[in-house]
Order: sequence, then C-alpha cells, then structure tokens
Amino acid sequence: MSILGAINPVLTAGLSGDDGWHLQAYVARGGYEALKSILAKKESSEKIIAEVKASVLRGRGGAGFPTGLKWSFMPHAVQGDRYIICNTDEGEPGTFKDRDLIRYNPHAVIEGMAIAAYAIEANRGYNYIHGEIWELYQRFEEALEEARAAGFIGQNILKSGFSFELFAHHGYGAYICGEETALLESIEGKKGQPRFKPPFPASFGLYGKPTTVNNTETLASIPFIIKMGGEAFMNLGKPNNGGTKLFSVSGHVNRPGNYEVPLGTPFAKLLEMCGGMRGGRKLKAVIPGGSSAPVLPADLIMDCTLDYDSIGKAGSMLGSGAVIVMDETTCMVKALERLSRFYHEESCGQCTPCREGTGWLYDIVRRIEAGEGRVDDLDTLEYIAGNICGRTICALGEAAAFPVQSFVKHFWDEFIYHIQHKTCLVPKDVQWAGSGFHRLVEEA
Amino acid sequence: MTATAHNPSAGCSAMLTPETLQKFDREIAKYPAGCQQSAIMACLALAQEELGWLSMETIEAVAGYLAMPPIAAYEIATFYAMYNLKPVGRYKLTVCTNLPCALSGGVHAAEYLKEKLGIGFNETTPDGKFTLQEGECMGTCGDAPVMLVNNRRMCGRMTPDAIDALLKECQA
Ligand SMILES: Cc1cc2nc3c(=O)[nH]c(=O)nc-3n(C[C@H](O)[C@H](O)[C@H](O)COP(=O)(O)O)c2cc1C
Ligand code: FES
Repeated sequence: MSILGAINPVLTAGLSGDDGWHLQAYVARGGYEALKSILAKKESSEKIIAEVKASVLRGRGGAGFPTGLKWSFMPHAVQGDRYIICNTDEGEPGTFKDRDLIRYNPHAVIEGMAIAAYAIEANRGYNYIHGEIWELYQRFEEALEEARAAGFIGQNILKSGFSFELFAHHGYGAYICGEETALLESIEGKKGQPRFKPPFPASFGLYGKPTTVNNTETLASIPFIIKMGGEAFMNLGKPNNGGTKLFSVSGHVNRPGNYEVPLGTPFAKLLEMCGGMRGGRKLKAVIPGGSSAPVLPADLIMDCTLDYDSIGKAGSMLGSGAVIVMDETTCMVKALERLSRFYHEESCGQCTPCREGTGWLYDIVRRIEAGEGRVDDLDTLEYIAGNICGRTICALGEAAAFPVQSFVKHFWDEFIYHIQHKTCLVPKDVQWAGSGFHRLVEEA
Repeated sequence: MTATAHNPSAGCSAMLTPETLQKFDREIAKYPAGCQQSAIMACLALAQEELGWLSMETIEAVAGYLAMPPIAAYEIATFYAMYNLKPVGRYKLTVCTNLPCALSGGVHAAEYLKEKLGIGFNETTPDGKFTLQEGECMGTCGDAPVMLVNNRRMCGRMTPDAIDALLKECQA
C-alpha cells in the first residue's frame, strides 16, 4: 500500500491490500450506489450539477477550477456524440496520486465518469492513462470489463435508458498531453500539441464534439459527493476549498507516499504524518503543488495550511497536490537546473516564446550551475521568464517560468554565491546526502 | 476525421503476428467509425512490443493498416518518447532522474547502473542485453528510485540490492 496515511478519508476509505480494487470489493464499500440511485430516481442533470457546485469540489488536475461550473458549460441542444474525458496523464513531476486511485479504487473513477456522463449528457468517454503505468492501464481495462459485465457501463445501463460507453486510451511519454487540449489531440491520434482556446472543449472538444475533461481524482470524488451530499463534502474541508484531497509527498521525508487529508490541514501536520524529515535534517524548501508551482522556503510553507487559498496567499499554488520536500543538503541551483531541463525537453515546440525561452532558461541555469554564470544572468532569467508568461497557447510556458522566478527570488543569495564562487553554497560532499540511496529508509 | 475504413490487407500481416493484429482491431473498436487513427499510439506500442523497435517500414505498415498517411504515423513515433526508433537491448531500462526522484536517489541509481553495466545513457551493452535510458517523471515519485523495464514493468524502491536482483533476473 502506498497510501500511507489519512485524516477523515473519502477516496481512500476502507481500501485494503491489493485485491480491494475489484468490483465486488468496491460494491461492498457501497460502490455504484450513487449511480444506481441517480438512475432509479431519474435525477435531473441540473440537480446533480447543483450538488457538485455545493460541494465546492475544485479540479484536482492543477488549475483548481470549480467542477460543477465546468460541467454547466456543456451546451444543451447539441445532437450527436458528447464526451467525458478522464485525465490520468499525471506527468507533473512530484505527482503520483492518480496512479494510486487507478491502482486501488478504479471503480470510483468509473462510477464518477458514469455520473458525470449522465449529468453532462455524454454518451462516450475515455480515460487517458500515461504509458509509463502500463500494468495499471491493464488493471483499469479489467475494471472496465467488470463494470461492463455488471451493467454499470454500456448500453441501457441498469435498464434506465441511459447509455454510456467507456474505454481506456494510453499515452506514450509526453508530459504535454496532460494539458487538456493536447490530450484531445493525442486521443485523435495526433501529436500532443495544445489547441487555441476559445473554442473551449465544451463547445469543440474530442472530434469536434462537446467534451468535458476532468482529472482522475476530481472524477473519483463524484460518487462520494453524491452519496454524502455536496454540503457534507464541502464541510470536510473549508469554505471555497471543499473536501479532502490526496497529497503526493516526495523528497526528503521519512515516508514518501500518498496522504489523504482535509483541505485546510496545516502543512506541519502533513510533514508529521510523513514521519518528519529524513535523517532529522532541516527543512529548506517545499514545492507545494507539482514542479510547476513556485517554490516556498521553509518559513513560509510551515505557516501554510494545505488549501488553494493559503498556498495561494503565500505566493504558490496547491496545483496537483504534489508536495516536493527539500532539506538543507539540496543545492537549489542544481534542483532548478533539473526542472528547467525537463520543461525545455517537454515543450511541444509550437509557440516560439516557450520553445526558445525554455531553452534559454535551461542554458543559463546550467551555466550558473557549471560555474560559468555571470552577474547579470539573474536579471536575464527574470526577463526571459517574464516574456514567456502570457505569450503561449497553453500553460507549459508559465510552468517553466514559475520555478525559475521563485527559485531565484527566494534563494537569491545562493544563486549569487554560485555565480561569484563558481560552486555550490551547499558543500559538494553533503549534497544529496538526504537521497538515502545506499541505505534507503524502509516503509515504517 | 476521415470516413475511410481501416485497411487490414496492408503490409502488417507480413510483419506482425495475427495475435498482435487482433489487438490492433480491439484498439480500433474503441473509437467511433472513421476515427481509427485514434488507435495509432496503441498500435505502434503493440508493434514495438512484438518487434522491439519501430523501423520506417513498420511505421508505414501500421499507418497503412489504419489508412492514415505514413507521415502522420511517423509524427507520432517521433513525438512520444517511449517509442524506440532504433534497435535496443533485450532489456531497456529507463531510470527517472527528475527532481522528486533525484531527491530520493534517482540520480544515484542511474550512476550505479552505468557503473554496473559499463554503459552511459542511450547506450547498449556489447552483448545486446541492456539499454540504459534517462526518463522523466513517471508518476511514481513516492517509490523513488524508480525504473521502467521495456516500457511495461515499473520497478520502485530500487536500492543497490534491488538493482542487483533485477539485473540478475534479467541475466537468467
Ligand atoms: C503542461 C500541462 C500539463 C498538465 N498535466 C495534467 C495532468 O497530468 N493531469 C491533469 O489532470 N491535468 C493536467 N493539466 C491540467 C489540464 O489541462 C486540465 O486543466 C485538467 O485536466 C482539468 O481537470 P480538473 O478540472 O478536474 O482539474 C495540465 C496542464 C498543463 C498546462
Ligand atoms: S520524478 Fe521520478 S517518477 Fe516522478
């Protein structure tokens, strides 16, 4: 089990061992009841969307957009195919929560997609699963077979007259396909290059049909919201930040893994649940929402609670809930260099500011790290990053710029030291000491 | 979206087993009629699984099967990082070295592998057994260090002992 802890869990409640993912176990946990009751009552689409709005569920894929509101954008009068798409591309460094949902609770995702389909009047759906988790893609296909055999997806579901066909589609190694319009292109069998918006997917989505894209965790939350009621879900978290959320904790903690806690939980509590810092070393910085989110130094993050508002006020983003923890042995220049390389490699190349800008950012950070930096490099970095933001089709540009801007801002002295002394502020022999490779800390 | 039906008679049957082609058809059936191009990613992955890598001829044959222009299939094969456009060793090991993994030994694991195998990234051992690659985040950072074997099998918590055991298993 790599879900290592929880407070008032919803998505991970009652999960046990490796067999709990099967249909039978999910049904024993009360699974598919929400779908059954909706179909039996012939619930109106408006009522379901109102319930999701009341839950204040915000998109778990990174942007935090209110899910109920997104669903209400689907046009009503359009005939023909309509789609619900689940985004399990999960390529944002630090994020590994959707993987565990597919692994331990795939039927919650399927039921959530069926309910979403009913609410937005979609007749078809795909779950886009990134190619690196092939074994779990296969598991999801097995779960689909189980659901189909039991009549929870397919034609005329539970004799209600509602039909919904659902399939799995896999990626093959492109971070950009997590961006929702790149993902649609990818399902169409093309390169994953994001589309201009507008038109938004609700009006022109997969194959040009009305489409809603939601993250795996967002969709998995839906059955529970319908069962407990929107308000009860909201109250698990705090106003404007409904529910619980999975946090993927990686880096220098004793027990990296997934933790489900109510939004609004203090960061310090999460750190404690992770068994504290590895080797008792001192916390230096945390990237709180996946590698695209601005980094926060220890003193700022220790004062935050884990919700969209608190992290936003501190100058970062809750994003996907990927909490990357770095201790005092981390060279911030080296850390930024690796992230900048990633964004440069993963830029799809469509927009000049992103394609060229990410290359320049990486070149300059690499040059500083190699001891060849110049004093005006930090201004140049800020200038380039600022000129990428807002000038690209999708947010990969910002995702590359935010780490650069925040690392330089919060660790200015360390970057200056690196340039002036042509070497790291953190002595080389202690760097990566926290990695624990040669004596990896076992699961407690 | 084109209205052309897929073209099962093209060169694929000379190159791939009937089982693989059956899997192609299963993929094609997931998409609306006329949208068979959507199956290209899965079909290329399946062809690679059988043949080890994607030659120009293979890509063209798969494109033919799906009635899409070869260039469109070639675009897919070159855009997505997990396709092998050159032959690789019997075991392709892709190690994640992105930051979250690096903090928990991802870079060290890659260095350890380089030393053990005597090769660098994007190289193959002389006996044709192993190819080593550097990977980006595989959404498994909590289990770092992680590595992917032949795109299909995810291995986590790869301590030196675990790496030794994996290499031994592959040698068997
Ligand atoms: C470069 C980039 C990568 C993204 N990767 C993912 C991803 O892996 N998973 C995901 O759910 N959303 C990702 N997103 C966000 C999606 O575009 C989209 O907002 C999300 O899937 C919507 O679902 P939600 O409203 O339920 O969060 C990414 C966005 C960008 C710009
Ligand atoms: S950073 Fe290596 S799997 Fe995420």
